[in-house]
Amino acid sequence: MKPGYVKRFSRTERVLHWVNAAGFLILLASGLILYLPSLAADVGRRPEIKDIHFWGGIGWVCALVLVALLGDRRGLLRTARQMDGFDREDIYWLRRRRPAPQGRFNAGQKLNAALTAAFLVLFFVSGMLLWAGERDTRFRFASTVVLHDGLLYASLVLLVGHLYLAVLHPATRHSLRGMTLGTVREDWAEEHHPRWDT
Amino acid sequence: MPVVDQPTPEPQPRRIGRGVFLATVVGGVSSLAWGKPVWSKVSSALGGAEGLVPLVPTSGWRIYTVADTMPTFDPKTWRLAIGGLVQQPMQLTYDELRSLPRADQVSTFHCVTGWTVTNVRWGGVRLHDVLAQAGPLPEAGGLEFVSAERPYVDSLSLEQSKLSDVMLAYEMDGKPLPREHGAPLRLIIPEMYGYKNVKWLAGIGLVPKPLPGYWEELGYDQDAWVGRSNGL
Repeated sequence: MKPGYVKRFSRTERVLHWVNAAGFLILLASGLILYLPSLAADVGRRPEIKDIHFWGGIGWVCALVLVALLGDRRGLLRTARQMDGFDREDIYWLRRRRPAPQGRFNAGQKLNAALTAAFLVLFFVSGMLLWAGERDTRFRFASTVVLHDGLLYASLVLLVGHLYLAVLHPATRHSLRGMTLGTVREDWAEEHHPRWDT
Repeated sequence: MPVVDQPTPEPQPRRIGRGVFLATVVGGVSSLAWGKPVWSKVSSALGGAEGLVPLVPTSGWRIYTVADTMPTFDPKTWRLAIGGLVQQPMQLTYDELRSLPRADQVSTFHCVTGWTVTNVRWGGVRLHDVLAQAGPLPEAGGLEFVSAERPYVDSLSLEQSKLSDVMLAYEMDGKPLPREHGAPLRLIIPEMYGYKNVKWLAGIGLVPKPLPGYWEELGYDQDAWVGRSNGL
């Protein structure tokens, strides 16, 4: 490791993140073609796009499971525990009443992780129901499409916020390095995550 | 000197992350039971009669097709063929179709996959005005609607086709029917789910009785009454 830098994300964590990001973007692109009337007319090929969307979704989830199983499982579990636990400072951080020194993840990152994981599960469940409902009326619910669409809008809000903080916002964009190269500057870590036990 | 740096004992972190995760998953799955009615209520409460629908980029529509490309419309070559059990098989040009008595209606469009578009303004012709041109024979008991989008087809019984708000629409919301909605002509039967409302209509065949259409062959109900078919 370069002097002055600390390890932020393991290779397993980074692969998991980018597999998740790639899966989301493939599903987003193919989903928008299926969803937006103007794109539906210009692109056409709905049967093929449907196949890409369906198998892309299956592949996405399988790839995530594979990375988790074949990678550093213990490290992932430790990270998951860190994201699960909210201490007093996290609650203060969310309320924005006073400066609240954060650990390896701040409370916003923890919430983002919990919501992202929940949305993935819900996308998968509602997507499978859309697929199965087309084939068997027992799986058909009038609200499946409302849920799948609602998830699209909710996850776009999360994604825009995530991209802004990771790419644009001057104070936080250094964190992108942690998800690409795996390390961040020690002084940056000290400032943003003072209670992170590096 | 007193020890100033004595750390206060930290209470165990609370497991809020998994709580947020589980609550979101449970809330989302339960929305399968309440999502659509709640969304319609919220939508009409916030936006008056039109609701939130115009704010959504799709205006509430979803475009479903079964072929790789949508049929294109050329007014010079387009024909509506009427055949089968009729006295006089015929082909209507676009101008001939437009010269028939005009019909207008506002009706709600329901898709079997769950979405609904309220208050769509359709302009076109009544089915019986078109059929009268060819003269159905007494033994005709059903109508087959053939789409230019192959192999899409669907059919109605003669009785169903006589419902007062069944029409062939060449206008939607004051404009010529857009390509993705079946330009230049589609069937509208508001009492039935969208898969009965054949787009890119190219031909109408009078048959002894209704035959299963594209989706019926894949297990959908022949009589696609809104709210009373397809397990909904």
